[in-house]
Amino acid sequence: MTAWQRFLETFFKPEMLAQYWPSIAHGVLVTLEIASAVVLTGLSFGLLLAGLRAYRLVPLNIAIVVFVDVFRSLPPLVAILIIYFGLPGVGINLPSFVVLWLVLSLVLTAFAEEIFWAGIISTPKGQWEAARSTGLGFSETLLFVVLPQAVRLGVPPLTNRTIAITKNTALGTVIGVGEILNQATAAQSFSGNATPLMMGAIAYILLFLPVVAVGRWIETRFQWRRA
Amino acid sequence: MQEIGQQFLNIEIMLKVWPLLMRGFATTLYLCALTIPLGLIGGLGVALILLSRSRLTRWLVIALVDLFRAAPPLVLLILIYSGLPFAGIRLSPTAAVCLAFFCNTSSYYGEIYRAGIESIGRGQWEAARSTGLNGFETLTFVVLPQAVRNVLPDLVSNTVEVVKLTSIASVVSFPELLYSADMARSVTFNSSPVVLAAIVYLLLLWPLVRLISRLERGVATH
Repeated sequence: MTAWQRFLETFFKPEMLAQYWPSIAHGVLVTLEIASAVVLTGLSFGLLLAGLRAYRLVPLNIAIVVFVDVFRSLPPLVAILIIYFGLPGVGINLPSFVVLWLVLSLVLTAFAEEIFWAGIISTPKGQWEAARSTGLGFSETLLFVVLPQAVRLGVPPLTNRTIAITKNTALGTVIGVGEILNQATAAQSFSGNATPLMMGAIAYILLFLPVVAVGRWIETRFQWRRA
Repeated sequence: MQEIGQQFLNIEIMLKVWPLLMRGFATTLYLCALTIPLGLIGGLGVALILLSRSRLTRWLVIALVDLFRAAPPLVLLILIYSGLPFAGIRLSPTAAVCLAFFCNTSSYYGEIYRAGIESIGRGQWEAARSTGLNGFETLTFVVLPQAVRNVLPDLVSNTVEVVKLTSIASVVSFPELLYSADMARSVTFNSSPVVLAAIVYLLLLWPLVRLISRLERGVATH
């Protein structure tokens, strides 16, 4: 057997590919579901918090800043382990996929809030004043004038951050969420062959490579044109 | 309420596992001392190759960078740690972690350096060359210092991400902070050790996160 054949036997064994593609495909579905739920909740709560922060209510803003800082400095895996193994001890049992969704959503909320807030404060004061002088109230100005610009400003950094955080769905394997990596490692230990692991890695790359490419495109396309 | 305190903030347990956690923390710092410089140097290499005139070279590097940005770091780590032995390549846990981190972090650092270098106008290159500096000198003394200053918030922010990322080494039984804490959790049947680890991560990274926010504001107002 040549080295090439041995390589194929180890990482791309046809029987293994045939046997395990359904479970990997199921993992892809689970990953997709959790990832889209995380993106949806994370981005909307991030935008909501950034909007609330614009009202400059001191106690609320302190709470928001503390929340954001904590979830920006805490490794997501630490939060996952605390919630998954800690809550049953106080009588709350959450399914593992809920824990994964919850933690990643909180992390994305924190990062998104920070990015949207940076967009809000970099909107020139003149925009606020002009909008207010046309008779719009504070909330209307925020909603119809400032936030649309802040969101646009935030798109490039947010895209990369969102990709990085949704990739963390792979952390779910540690608490037994049946996503791609989990299916792959389970199949690998059943079969004693590295093919399922390779399939898992390829599935992730097929899933995320287009998103990374779109992110690269958005980065150049949405660059704020400086006068 | 008391139940929650018992489960998450049990001082007695925290004190008992403190020495174990500190050993884990030392390993985390050691891991950071290996992976951060590796990533910074690898990233600089990526950005320099992207300056190449050969379009083929540039495309190859971009493809590689995007590949490693598309693969979750944990997947890379497990592929290297438990996949490579099937091919007869046995790496020590430290080497496996370093290799996986190198692939991931040098891609991210590389993109940051690239953005920094692109932010320096052509005029800077031309002016430096016309004073008699050669290409290498122009890069090291004129372009890179300004480029790094322009992307400093992103560099710091990515470094925080790398420190946080070291926690995934626990999945392959690398005895760093989170691994030690999780060990202690499974022995004591109590989550306080992991909460303690979270506090250690917070104390380490919160100042840096604050710094990033301030640096970003600074850049935004210019």
